Amino acid sequence: MNEFVRGIKKGFPICLGYIPVSFTFGLIAVKMGFNPLEATIISLTNMASAGQFAGIRLIEGGAPYIELVITTFVINLRYMLMSLSLSQKVAPEMPFYKRAIMAFCITDEVFALASMEKEDVTFPFFGGLMTTPIFGWTLGTCLGAVASRMLSPMLQGCFGIALYCMFIAIIIPPARKGRKVAIAVIVSALLSCLFKYVPGINVLSKSGGGGWAIIVSAILGAAICASIKEVKRFNKRKLQEGGAHV
Amino acid sequence: MLIMALTTYLIRLIPIGFVRTKLDNEWVRDFLFYIPFCVLSAMTFPDVLYSTTPAGATTPHFVSAAIATMVAIVMAWKDRGLVRVALVAVLVAVLVELLLPVIF
Repeated sequence: MNEFVRGIKKGFPICLGYIPVSFTFGLIAVKMGFNPLEATIISLTNMASAGQFAGIRLIEGGAPYIELVITTFVINLRYMLMSLSLSQKVAPEMPFYKRAIMAFCITDEVFALASMEKEDVTFPFFGGLMTTPIFGWTLGTCLGAVASRMLSPMLQGCFGIALYCMFIAIIIPPARKGRKVAIAVIVSALLSCLFKYVPGINVLSKSGGGGWAIIVSAILGAAICASIKEVKRFNKRKLQEGGAHV
Repeated sequence: MLIMALTTYLIRLIPIGFVRTKLDNEWVRDFLFYIPFCVLSAMTFPDVLYSTTPAGATTPHFVSAAIATMVAIVMAWKDRGLVRVALVAVLVAVLVELLLPVIF
């Protein structure tokens, strides 16, 4: 029980941070035509900002299920990595049902705190850690969705930019500090613009909510950057080997 | 909605539920490291330019979106927090929307 309380305490700041983000999600979902209850259920059952956001665009655009599944998969691919990393940090004998409960709330922030634990992550601790963020994420969505109904169309429109600007605030600082992240961000943005505006290939963004365009842009961007790094590693190794022979 | 929730959950469940080996391919690790940045970037650009357009409007409201986006980029560059960047951008967009009809 002690561990659970410790988890609650650690998770509470995440809960507070989630409220404004999910608030804007609620606003956008209602602007797109979902009702507040639907918006809230989507948040409660997904716990994923970018994934949910792309998802509602696709659902609203009437995209086929396969596009919805693949887009959700690619956008949430990072959770797979986090889940994998976390699988190394729990006791090997932890039963499947406990792992299955933990899996529900592997978000960026919860993962970050859990992976900072010095010892193995216990089930009560993670349970406490995830409780308030789930509450905050759901509550914020509900509030945003209800508030959206009270705004004028102009204000509702302007709030649509909020979530995008949060994305900007997430990607710009690391891009400023690391050149490779900057390349990744720019390449993906350019590709995404190409897929929207260049005749012929813009069919990708015309279907449904543009899921394919996001997938292809992101995968190409990440693949290009990972390959640049691979080539650099290869050259460095070759240089070192060459040096050893001299 | 159900399909989206299931996909999101399975992605998280499968590794922690079943996998017990370590990733050792460096290219795959780098690729997964870059994916979040690339996804967010591809989702944001160019769609952010259409984001201030009210539902049902016939022409996109590019001007307010573009000015607000530039303000957001500058603020993000200066390491301002998420919520501050978003709120200021919304405020800028509202101001532009209010001022545009006055100017033209």
